[in-house]
Amino acid sequence: MTWSEMQPLLTQGTLDTLYMVLWSTLVTVAGGLPLGVLLVLTDKGGLLQNTPVNKVVGTVVNIGRSLPFLILLIALIPFTTLVVGTFIGPTAMIVPLAIGAIPFFARLVETAVREVDAGLVEAVQSMGGSIPVIVRKVLLPQALPSLVSGVTTTVIVLIGYSAMAGAVGGEGLGSKAVTYGFQRFETEFMLVTVVILVALVSIVQLLGDGTVRLLVRRGRAAA
Amino acid sequence: MITTTGLTKVYSARGREVAALDGVDLHVREGEVFGVIGQSGAGKSSLIRCVNLLERPTSGTVTVAGQDLTALAGRGRRASRDLRAARTRIGMVFQHFNLLSSRTVQDNVELPLEILGASGADRSRKARELLDLVGLADKAAAYPGQLSGGQKQRVGIARALAGDPKVLLSDEATSALDPETTRSILRLLRDLNRELGLTVLLITHEMDVVKSVCDSAALMRKGKIIESGTVSELLATPGSELAHELFPVGGEPSGPDRTVLDVTFHGETATRPVISRLSRTYNVDISILGAAMDTVGGRQIGRMRIELPGRYEDNVVPIGFLREQGLQIDVVDRGTGAAGPPAAVLPGTRAAEAVAT
Repeated sequence: MTWSEMQPLLTQGTLDTLYMVLWSTLVTVAGGLPLGVLLVLTDKGGLLQNTPVNKVVGTVVNIGRSLPFLILLIALIPFTTLVVGTFIGPTAMIVPLAIGAIPFFARLVETAVREVDAGLVEAVQSMGGSIPVIVRKVLLPQALPSLVSGVTTTVIVLIGYSAMAGAVGGEGLGSKAVTYGFQRFETEFMLVTVVILVALVSIVQLLGDGTVRLLVRRGRAAA
Repeated sequence: MITTTGLTKVYSARGREVAALDGVDLHVREGEVFGVIGQSGAGKSSLIRCVNLLERPTSGTVTVAGQDLTALAGRGRRASRDLRAARTRIGMVFQHFNLLSSRTVQDNVELPLEILGASGADRSRKARELLDLVGLADKAAAYPGQLSGGQKQRVGIARALAGDPKVLLSDEATSALDPETTRSILRLLRDLNRELGLTVLLITHEMDVVKSVCDSAALMRKGKIIESGTVSELLATPGSELAHELFPVGGEPSGPDRTVLDVTFHGETATRPVISRLSRTYNVDISILGAAMDTVGGRQIGRMRIELPGRYEDNVVPIGFLREQGLQIDVVDRGTGAAGPPAAVLPGTRAAEAVAT
């Protein structure tokens, strides 16, 4: 394969991967953030202590986390078809990707929010703050560096999942690697795919770490 | 301003029940600085946290500014709307400041105003006023991480005042600060108390805090209030532990056949030179063995231990004179040699004759 043959395939593959990862990240954050906060609030001693809710949500999250992604992907085909109309293509892949990542991200959110000093919550309670106020003005802002770090990890996990999704009907670099690298043994093509993936992951990690550093420096500037 | 009646708080941990508060009746008058002192574990922290219902008392009532907060609380764990509204009128400062590191100093002070729903312009004006009041106008844009402990507590105080509260609760506000910073924070609290008519309830384990700012004090032990009252009232109470701690006097008699007296000054008497008048009138030589005097609220109060020559029987007339002056006299040693060493004996258990005037 020549470079000019590879180039449009790789460009398309990268764009599809980015498309899947970006949208599934957005859905994951939208779904995982409230779940993670709910896990903290309903926990024993939490502001909304509710053991049944906590147990149910915790169990669902644990089931989601323990299923291998490839199995989940296949198991979700009927659901994906219901939501998107098809189970093939990058848009359809957003569904299993997000569902696979939400439990993972929810646990990261839970850990991040749990680390917020209980004294701050108490201070805002003493000012007459309601639970939504405490979540919006204390828990989330104070946990922001850890949350950003969690999003970074989640995006990287999603890049990995999206490659698997590529093997089962999705598009993107994974599907290109299966078609050209696995079925045709195009070594150069495989090599470039690997380089692109490594670069993608590195860029995400760098951006994430940079943002965290910025946030932390803002809060704890050298005295 | 703050009244608690029969307040109890029972914690149950692993099947065992521990009473942190065991029937606490507290009364804090409007406009005073009231100090609750006790060792850690005495229940004082539970007490102050029950006042704004951060902790739900097991039984008893809390009334702040005429409002029964325990009645507002509702049944669930969540604070009702009415309770939250009442809390906005009670400021609170904490030992570890509890400032949001993600917000600037200005934004920290604005937080209670955001909860109250004030407009952006009002919030920023009010926050600037308050930062000016606590002497931190130049730190508005800084983050808490850039401030010293004393500065952080000033921000905490400014934040607590944002909702124009009538009551300020101080939960060991100076315990994490060095002595000098402690003094400056206490001065600030005292000034706010005077200028804004703020009622302050503070808890502390440091007697110096009570001594330097409090009008009234209560001693807590094992979830109970052992004694309480204004500083003068405590001094006037024979055998008061708090008075003894606040104004410790010691000193051994210099020989046999000496009468040792503890003279307590409270109120008007302290301004009259009674000791020198006693000496001149009865021609007795008076030795001062020890003294702890202070000026509280512009009046001298405190205790002095003096020694008169001769046994108690020889000094009945001078002692009567002192009592006539409105002083409280405790006879520590009658000079008979029978009484034990007076200074080493604990108050309340000492074999002193305590007679109120």
